[in-house]
Amino acid sequence: MLTARFCCSLRRRVPLPSSTLVAIRNVPLHATFSASAHCRSLSAHPPPASVEPLTIGIIGSGPAGFYTAQHLLKNLSHAKIDMYESLPIPYGLARFGVSPDHPEVKNVIHKFASIAEDSRFRFVGNVTVGRDVPFSKLASCYDAVVLSYGAAEDRKLGLPNEESTKNVFAARAFVGWYNGIPEYAGLEPDLTSSDTAVIAGQGNVALDVARTLLTPPDVLAKTDITEHALEALRKSKIRHVHLLGRRGPLQIAFTAKELREMIALPDTKLDVDINVVKEQVSADAEALATDRQRRRLMELLVQGATKKFDSPTARTWSLKFMRSPAGLVQSQNGSLAAVQLEKNRLEGSLQNPKAVGTGEVEELPAGLLIRSIGYKSVRLFDEVPFDPKRSLIPNVKGRVVDGDAPVPGLYVSGWLKRGPSGVIAATMYCAIETATAIVEGLQAGHFATRVASRGPGGFDALEPLLKAKGVDPVSFSDWKHIDRVETELGAKRGKPREKLVDVKAMMDVVAAGRANR
Amino acid sequence: MSLRHNSNILRQNPPPPTQLPRRSALASSRLVPAAQFRTAAVLQHNVITKPKPGEGLKVTYVTPEGERITVLANDGDNLLDLAHAYDIDLEGACEGSLACSTCHVVLEDEFYDKLEEPSDEENDMLDLAFALTETSRLGCQVCMSTKLDGMTVKLPSATRNLAVDKKR
Repeated sequence: MLTARFCCSLRRRVPLPSSTLVAIRNVPLHATFSASAHCRSLSAHPPPASVEPLTIGIIGSGPAGFYTAQHLLKNLSHAKIDMYESLPIPYGLARFGVSPDHPEVKNVIHKFASIAEDSRFRFVGNVTVGRDVPFSKLASCYDAVVLSYGAAEDRKLGLPNEESTKNVFAARAFVGWYNGIPEYAGLEPDLTSSDTAVIAGQGNVALDVARTLLTPPDVLAKTDITEHALEALRKSKIRHVHLLGRRGPLQIAFTAKELREMIALPDTKLDVDINVVKEQVSADAEALATDRQRRRLMELLVQGATKKFDSPTARTWSLKFMRSPAGLVQSQNGSLAAVQLEKNRLEGSLQNPKAVGTGEVEELPAGLLIRSIGYKSVRLFDEVPFDPKRSLIPNVKGRVVDGDAPVPGLYVSGWLKRGPSGVIAATMYCAIETATAIVEGLQAGHFATRVASRGPGGFDALEPLLKAKGVDPVSFSDWKHIDRVETELGAKRGKPREKLVDVKAMMDVVAAGRANR
Repeated sequence: MSLRHNSNILRQNPPPPTQLPRRSALASSRLVPAAQFRTAAVLQHNVITKPKPGEGLKVTYVTPEGERITVLANDGDNLLDLAHAYDIDLEGACEGSLACSTCHVVLEDEFYDKLEEPSDEENDMLDLAFALTETSRLGCQVCMSTKLDGMTVKLPSATRNLAVDKKR
């Protein structure tokens, strides 16, 4: 029985087993009051006159989109949510970014699947907003639009022959290649021409790439890594990986868990200038005393760097501090032969120094360079303000603003809101903030005119337009069929799934699934 | 089902004892103002089962708003699954696999000390938790036992400071 009080939470918390993928229909039981602080304050306001469903469009189906949907559904009994995704398949970086050997991080997908099964939620895949339907047209069919399409590009090093040298890739592309993003299936990195790879960057993505290059292929063979990548890695000659950091060890961006995994790699030694580490650590001792995360990371780094081996190891990886790529040396066929590194010195505060080039250059022979220095968001829609410097959509707690003025009905969550860095958990909290902004906006009457003037709205209003254009929207049931097929294919190879990496193949599977229903 | 509805009304305005709904004799006799005692566990799932009468271990969760919710646990139940079973707002994004810090809870000193030190893996995740304290643990790693009977567990705020990704 639903009460008229607006702050209604219709969630049903069902504990999920971590080992099984269970799609649970969120059955609204009764109106309950959410205990969270934001909802508590909302319950003091009177309900709006109308209880028309608030129709919300979400653009992007990664963790940002799903966690925003989760909290909207939890706090708005009357909400209709349509989630748009360019690819026929959902989950964004939870599927394409998280490393194949981190299946536990992908547990979040179970929650997303249960959100998708809510009767108030609809997944609309294989629809590219902007191309298949103009943004303004879509926005006119919704009371609120949440932009959560993440960061589709990467930052460049700015080296003269960066684009023209072969075997130089963005980490985004390389990870996409082994994780099944259709766009990168044909990347064909050459892992046989040299035994050395260089990665620019010392964040968790850089470590993911290094770990994938150095993990015995037989271990990777049991994960959901794409088959084409696994084949290439089996043939790989790469045994040494160098990670470059412009600044010092105190500015390392990766975290302890990932460092621990690298140290645990079999028959693999970590090379680090331990004197630089010890020097920086003792110089910063006072700050480190109260910075538990950094202190533990430095301790682990020293531990890993001083690990003893009886004989030379088959593989090595290194952290080169205060080195910036300055140029690329090509071999005769235009492939990478070496990376020129400029030595830096650090100026300014210990905590946040600037890297200043010294002019001293050294050459590091390598056949593969991966650029892992950050992602970049793309301005997809002219109607939406964009800050290219910070690579995000200007907003205040998730409400899009143009200068100082809020843009009615527009919200943003995830990397597009905060900038393109941060783990899934951070995005979860970010999404809660955006969902709160929407619910508070509803309470404050921000949506009154939109609800009143909008027609039937939602996907129902857009469907005829899409069909007329020959677009074939993919439903969550369609995705579930792809999911089943991938899982079956994977089982034959001892993998959790064999990812389809071609959009046409996905749509063929969708068609077969519909024919059988 | 009306039990759940009523129990959530209590969260907002705990009434004086005479107005409490009668759920069970046990509940109404132990209930005190400004606190709740949950006896209805979500038994949809076989992870958490209701303890036999007189055998349960007591755990009190304190929400960010200061509401106190007391539940009964079996030996071995972890604080995350327990919270979910009793509809308490504690996130567990990675479902207890030590890959996130969203089930971060704060224990009382005396109970924290009774537990073994967290593993390196748990400490790695605790490093990333917001508002970490000396007696913080991940809820999914703390299992109830008789020595933890009567423990109070504080839930840090969910709407946290978003300056989590420390920029250096």
